[in-house]
Amino acid sequence: MSEDGKAESKIKVAIVGSGNIGTDLMYKLLEEPGHMELAMVAGVEPESEGLKRARDEGIETSHEGIQPVLDDPDIKIVFEATSAKAHVKNAPKYKEAGKIAVDLTPAARGPYVVPVANLTEHLDEDNVNLMTCGAQATTPMAYAVSRVTPVRYAEMVSTVASLSAGPGTRQNIDEFTFTTARGLEEIGGAKEGKAIIILNPADPPLIMRNTVYVVPEEDEIDEEEIENSVNEVVSEVQKAVPGYQLKNGPTFEERETPWGENKPVIMMFLEVEGAGHFLPKYSGNLDIMTSAARRVGEGFARHLLGVEEVVA
Amino acid sequence: MTEKEKQRSVRITDTSLRDGSHAMSHRFTAEQVRDVAGALDEAGVPVIECNHGDGLAGSSIQYGFSKESEMDLISEAASVCEQARIAALLLPGVGTLEQLKEAVERGIGVLRIATHCTEADISQQHFEMAKGMDLETVGFLMMAHMRGPEDLVEQAKLMESYGADCVYIVDSAGAMLPKDAAQRVEAMKEGLDCQVGFHAHDNLGVAIGNSLAALEAGADQLDGSLRGLGAGAGNAKTELLAAVLDKMGVETGLDVFKLMDAAEYTIAPMMPFEPMPDRDSISIGYAGVYSTFLLHAKRAAKRYDVDVREIMVELGRREAVAGQEDWVIDVAMDVAKEKEGAAS
Repeated sequence: MSEDGKAESKIKVAIVGSGNIGTDLMYKLLEEPGHMELAMVAGVEPESEGLKRARDEGIETSHEGIQPVLDDPDIKIVFEATSAKAHVKNAPKYKEAGKIAVDLTPAARGPYVVPVANLTEHLDEDNVNLMTCGAQATTPMAYAVSRVTPVRYAEMVSTVASLSAGPGTRQNIDEFTFTTARGLEEIGGAKEGKAIIILNPADPPLIMRNTVYVVPEEDEIDEEEIENSVNEVVSEVQKAVPGYQLKNGPTFEERETPWGENKPVIMMFLEVEGAGHFLPKYSGNLDIMTSAARRVGEGFARHLLGVEEVVA
Repeated sequence: MTEKEKQRSVRITDTSLRDGSHAMSHRFTAEQVRDVAGALDEAGVPVIECNHGDGLAGSSIQYGFSKESEMDLISEAASVCEQARIAALLLPGVGTLEQLKEAVERGIGVLRIATHCTEADISQQHFEMAKGMDLETVGFLMMAHMRGPEDLVEQAKLMESYGADCVYIVDSAGAMLPKDAAQRVEAMKEGLDCQVGFHAHDNLGVAIGNSLAALEAGADQLDGSLRGLGAGAGNAKTELLAAVLDKMGVETGLDVFKLMDAAEYTIAPMMPFEPMPDRDSISIGYAGVYSTFLLHAKRAAKRYDVDVREIMVELGRREAVAGQEDWVIDVAMDVAKEKEGAAS
């Protein structure tokens, strides 16, 4: 990584937060650095598993919070894997230090980004937010439909293994539902969005499942065109998240809805399996966040370096 | 109070206008709600639950859209009740603070917060909000047949610590037998300071028996619905509970004849079908699957040309929990694919 020529074509990045998410992201950045070089992992607990693992990988660590990150002018991109509260405090400091923040918390200081749908629109921002795992998994499906036909309503149902929902999610489940619903609207292109989350304690833990229902504005829809668009988006997402799979659908049913008695409803049934870098494979919900973060970081790094984005 | 004295009174909550919403495919009208709530109030029912079957904001493709806004229905119910208080159900992950605030404005006085029986810690936010609004709060541990007494007590204690005034053992799958109900309620009574309730489904034909077993084990609150109007084979019938409890000398404050009339003349004429332990709902109780899946599975079975029971059994195998109606279609498609594979 320290070859002279190569180092110049990379952007230094840091991870703030050495918990599960930060650690999984670290392994993703090590495995597939792209145009990034992971320069530091910052936490607050010197003996934490995450910081230990970072040291084992030969990465510089800090257990004194974000100051060392702020003090290093070469670090251009910071991945925030702490908490919404911490990010609200940290965001202005990153900005002042001239760093781009990729926010994995629900703080939502910057615009929402789902790589496959709108990353290129936000490459000049200095803070972007990845919303929720549910939004990363399901807005691409709403987007796939809305780019071929206007969407009146999109609804998602996320089922995640109890073991992969941490205290942050559990204590703030309301935030999950409305942030995800907004994602379906703002990025998925639906006039109205709705989100439902269910925790399932089955043993062995189940792999994250998501169902997306889309009601188009028009009653006449081109099913083949929608199917093609959906399949195309699925393979696009798979480039960053190989465990992203359309298990069933798109299937087309008619339902009684507030917008008509026999409205067509497009249904997609997704499974998201994690890569198992650090987190167990069933927690696709966490994996899709760290994968999206890596993908967004890569987008910014290329943009800073003036390297053409090959993927849209 | 001695155990015997405790059993001399029990509070009944009627859920015809909430659990019944499932059997009605969420098509209650304002007029129907006024009639039912008025009759229940008149018969002395102290708490009437009224909102979408899947709780506040349940109106969706996943669960079925409400024909009329649940908020309007809550207002209607509240407007005709003189003594009864209106309750609403909320499932964290579906309903949020926004709907809770509106439901309070529309007149609810009791909030029942439901989670799967292992996930009580997702309800903290909502108990605290409800307590902040001076509501009476009830915790609902759904699909409680899937866990034993000890686990349930641990979960119930969480709800109690968040401020629950009562925690219910909810037999969402109608899969319990009287001894299952009694063991669970007894452990809860032992482990908790707050009240304990029991919510039955009749899939195995023992809703009343389970309710009585729960009562004997010390339950302070029981649920019923007129004519059993509810998901799966329906709930314990409120009018039947009233009659049986009266014969047992248990104080309920209910007027038995008025409830019989409400069941006969108010609810029965509006019911699209009579929930009962028939082939499909017995399968639900037998397989231990969420009662509400019934109508969804019937529709999916027709659409994808498979047997309802095959869908139910597979849902049981996958350990589907409350609210996972999307899995019904997913499973139906998988079963259909398998059949096609086997045929070709």
